[in-house]
This record gives sequence, structure tokens and C-alpha cells, in this order.
Amino acid sequence: MAHRSRISGTALVLRGNDIDTDRIIPARFLKGVSFAGLEAHVFADERSALRARSRMHPFDDAQRRGARILVVNKNFGCGSSREHAPQALQRWGIAAVVGESFGDIFAGNSVAIGMPCLRVSERDAALLQEAVEADGARTFAVDLEEKTIRSGNLVVPVDLSDGARAQLLEGTWDATAVLLAAGPQIEKTAARLPYLNGWA
Amino acid sequence: MPKSLYEKVFDRHVVRPLTGGQHQLFIGLHLIHEVTSPPAFQDLRDRGLTVRHPERTFATQDHANPTTSLLRPYADRENEGQVQALERNVEAFGIRYFSPERGEHGIVHVIGPELGLTQPGMTIACGDSHTPTHGAFGAIAFGIGTSQIRDVLATQTLVMEKLKVRRIEITGRLRPGVYAKDVALHLINVMGAKGGVGFAHEFAGPVVERFSMEERMTLCNMAIEGGARCGYVNPDATTYAWLRGRPYVPGGAAWERAVRDWDSIRSDIDAPYDDLVTIDGSTIEPMVTWGVSVDQSVPVTGTIPTDTEDAGIADAADFMGWQPGQAIAGTPIDVAFIGSCTNGRLSDFQAVADLLAGRDLKVAPHVKALIVPGSQQVRNELVARGLDKLFVTAGFEFREAGCSMCLAINPDRLEGRQVCASSSNRNFKGRQGSPTGRTLLMSPVMVAAAAIAGAVTDPRTLFGTLQ
Repeated sequence: MAHRSRISGTALVLRGNDIDTDRIIPARFLKGVSFAGLEAHVFADERSALRARSRMHPFDDAQRRGARILVVNKNFGCGSSREHAPQALQRWGIAAVVGESFGDIFAGNSVAIGMPCLRVSERDAALLQEAVEADGARTFAVDLEEKTIRSGNLVVPVDLSDGARAQLLEGTWDATAVLLAAGPQIEKTAARLPYLNGWA
Repeated sequence: MPKSLYEKVFDRHVVRPLTGGQHQLFIGLHLIHEVTSPPAFQDLRDRGLTVRHPERTFATQDHANPTTSLLRPYADRENEGQVQALERNVEAFGIRYFSPERGEHGIVHVIGPELGLTQPGMTIACGDSHTPTHGAFGAIAFGIGTSQIRDVLATQTLVMEKLKVRRIEITGRLRPGVYAKDVALHLINVMGAKGGVGFAHEFAGPVVERFSMEERMTLCNMAIEGGARCGYVNPDATTYAWLRGRPYVPGGAAWERAVRDWDSIRSDIDAPYDDLVTIDGSTIEPMVTWGVSVDQSVPVTGTIPTDTEDAGIADAADFMGWQPGQAIAGTPIDVAFIGSCTNGRLSDFQAVADLLAGRDLKVAPHVKALIVPGSQQVRNELVARGLDKLFVTAGFEFREAGCSMCLAINPDRLEGRQVCASSSNRNFKGRQGSPTGRTLLMSPVMVAAAAIAGAVTDPRTLFGTLQ
């Protein structure tokens, strides 16, 4: 798999803390047996609720349709473990999420499909959100090697765990092959576990 | 060097270190259900892989099945499709499946402990965020996504980073009418929905030590709502008494050896923690959520916050339709739901039944009230005790087992702006199946009080002094 060190493109902003995975993809879209087509339903209920009030959700903004970087606030992706949430975002076109903090399971699921969740300070989140909202055509570049997001003169440090960063840089975010490479070491570990061996 | 249970159990399961401080971790018990597993099996097939240790994965159906009748095919074609996919997968890969046909199905976090599959010292993974429930037994249990389900199926291992560990001591003694659910809601209120991000939570102290296993499961179940991917309680005599004699628990000499091992994995008395929090249990009130995040709660005697400067509070209050400063008690409800992996166990229903017995209390005429057992075994036991009749006489519907209206992907769901008093675990917007539906989370006893009064009510008032 190709390594992933740089993600660039236009961005969009979703403000608010504790945006849970039920909001990202409501549970009624979890009834299929594959992830195909989920992009059509990302934030489905929030978008229709705003349309009903003659307001526009950022994911309905035609100007932002090509956005690749999503800028959020605190605890984005909390709640349910549904991988449908990062799958829906990625299939919509998002390649990186930048925010103050993330639900642990969401962040793990995102890395597993090659979409990093990058942490920034509260101040930098506000700075980025203003910059993104001011100009829909402005492009931003996430650099995982130097752990920054850049746009013109704006340079903001981003953080992610060393492990997630290594997986993206080495192209091993799809972990199955790496895990299989352990070979018989897996069964050696099982042979040490008391509960798999009658506590003998 | 002294260690916490989390560290001891984690270290035992490390297959090898990986780059960037990650570890390849062996998963002792893998639980699957019909909603999050089908794409993982498909991925496995697409890659020409197989299930490496089918004997360490166990399946059930819980989210999709209807609760009015388990007759197949299910009326909802998508529900039926997910169950058929699960049936094909367990058949093809030789996985033990606890099915309705055999009278064995139930919410995955109810049946795991019931069967004794869940044991101290295990690593337990499931494609479901409420997997920390199993931590009540001193296991390291956490929710995973579908790609990780694929990894566990293919390799029985996962890429994991070590979490930080926070010990949360709940001191003192709970007051009458305060339940494990109230403790969980109070903790999340105090620490915030993101307070536990990056942490495993070790629940301890006299209140937790006195808790039954079912109360410990309720507390650990809600760890994720406080942001912690993993929560646990050190195993003790209460744990062992609950486990002894269950189908997957060893007997005889192996039982004695198991208990010695389980004692050895308890956190050492001088174990280091990354954080320590103490909560005075004697100050906790019966709690109810008013908002759309689980940390947005007040005592049942309380009022809706008026801090409209906080965008989150303002948005939640707007969605829920509150007036600032309004008392939460007296809020009319349309639906009452008692069930879920948080509060769908025998003791949850027994506590409600004890309050209904001999009092001639009836569900308010305008309220639809559901009793949904967490498993067929729980359901069978309720019937054996005659409690199904008691509930039906009081005006509740007595349903088949499943997740039901906790996340509402089966036919059980709210309509329009309905308000639901719910013993489940999430009050997120749209959570109970209607995009504009409203959820108030509370203990099963408070749900019963709300069902009878037709409005949010302090159960201590309705039922008199509670024990």
C-alpha cells in the first residue's frame, strides 16, 4: 500500500463539540451488509433539519463539495463504534479530519481506513476554522512528516500518536498483513495465556 | 514493579511490539453481531483469508431482530438480510452462534457474562462500543470497528496502543433510590463526555465493592459515554460467586487454579495511575439527562441549565424544546423503555417488579411502555417468576429480547417529536429512530415511575422510600 505523508485540498468546517457518530451517520443507514453508498447519507438528519429551517449544512454547500479536509472541535466522533461514520466521510471525499479531540474508537477506525484524525489546540482550531470559512477556494496541506497543516503563511502544528503516524507514513494502516506477519508468535502468545490452557 | 490490572492483562497479551509504540495484542474473546460484522467477513473472503481461531469468536443477533415476534423471515427486509448474512458467515467459518431458534440469543453484552464466556483477565473485543460492560469482571474489554473485526477474524490480534489508566474511587454509601445508573450518569456529568478520552477507567471504592455484578456491568457499560474506551472493576468474591457454575466457566480443580490466577491480576495496592478521581457516593441523586450528550444531566429534582452562552447547551435546549430554568420533573413522556445492555438484566426488571407488586399501579393511558429483556435467558427467568404477567397487568408490553429501542434499527422506534423515558445509554439526536425524537436517560426504576405518572417523576416520591 502506498504511504501517505501529505494530504492537500480545500476544507470545510463543522463547528461544535461532542458530534457523535449517530449524527455523522444515523443508525437507519447501518442496515446494509456493506459500506457502499454511505456517502449519500453523511449527516443526513442534520442536513434535512437545517434545510427545513432554510439554512445550509456545510456538507450541502456546493462550493465545498470538493473539500478533502474537515475541521472540527472537541470529541468529534464520540459514541458508537460504527465504522460507517469514517467510511461515510471518506467516501464523501474527506481525506483528513483536524480537530481539538476525537472519540478513541472513531480515531482508530479512521486510521484503519487511512484517514488521519489530527489534533490541534483550541486556538489553532479557531484560527483554521476562520481561515477555511473566509475562503472556500483556499487550499490547505497536511504534512504528516513534519506534523503541520499549512496554507500560505499559515502554519499550524498538528498532533497524532506516533503509532498512527507510523502506520500512515509506512502505508500499513490496513493492518491485516502486518498482523499476519507475526506468524506462529500469535499461537505462542495463546499458549502462555492461563485461560486458554486450563490454568495449568 | 507494582501494576494495575490493565497493565497486567495488557502485558500478558502482547504478541510483539510494533513501530510507533504500538503493540500487537492477542484477543482472548471476540464477540460478533449482525450489524457490524458482515463487511468484515466479505473483506476476509475478498482477500482469500479465513478465520484463524473460530473457537475464540462467538456470535449472536441482537440489534436487528424485532421484539414482537421472532418468526422468520423478519418483516423488515434489511433486518432479515443482516441476520441471513450472519447465519451464512457463522456456518461458512465454523463459529458458535447463539440463535433465537435455540433460545439462546440476546444482547451480546448480556449473554457473554451470562454464559461465563466473559472472564477476568481476558482481552475482549466486539464491534460495539458498549463492550466495556465485560470489564465488570476484570477483563480488558473494548469496542472496535469493522476493519478491526476483520483483523481479529484473520489473526486473533489487533494493533493497539496502551491507554492511560485512571482510578475512580466512589466512596461513602449510596442513598435509597440511587442506582448504579445514577452513579454512571453522575460521573459522566462531573467528568464530561470527553473526560475519559485516552484512558481506561478503573472503578473502585466502597460503593463499587458493594455493587452486585449486574450493577458493576451497568457502571462499566457507560464508560464509553464518558469517553473511556475501556472500564473495569478488579475481580473479587462477588465476581467469583457470579461466575461459578456458568456454562463456559471451568469447574473442579481448574476452578481453584482459575481463582488463584484471577486474584493475581488484581491491581497491586501501590499500583501507579495516570490519574486518580474520588467521588463521594453519598451525595449522588437520582439522575436524568435533559440534553443530547450523556453529560447533560441533572438530578430529578433539578432544572434545565440556563447558560445560553454555551453553544452546546443552547443547541441541546433548542432541540429538546426546553424553557430555560424549567424543572425536569413533570416533563410529559410518550414512551417508556426498560431494557438495553445498560439496564436489561434480571435485577433491573426485578427492581421494577418489586415496586409494582401489590400496589395496583398502572401505566398512564397515553404512554407506550416496553419491557425488553436483554436476553432470552433473562426473559425466561422473568416468565418463570411470573413477572411477565405482573408487567402486562400494570400496562407494560412484555417483548422478546434484543437491543430494541436503544438504537432503533429494528421496528421499535420513536415517532416524530415523541419523548422517551429510557433506561438505555445514549440521548443523541435521532438515537431512538426518529430524527426529532427526544430521549431522557434514567434508571429503570425512574422509567417505571415516569411510565406510571405519565411524566418525569422522582421515584422516591412515587414509590415512597426506596431501599
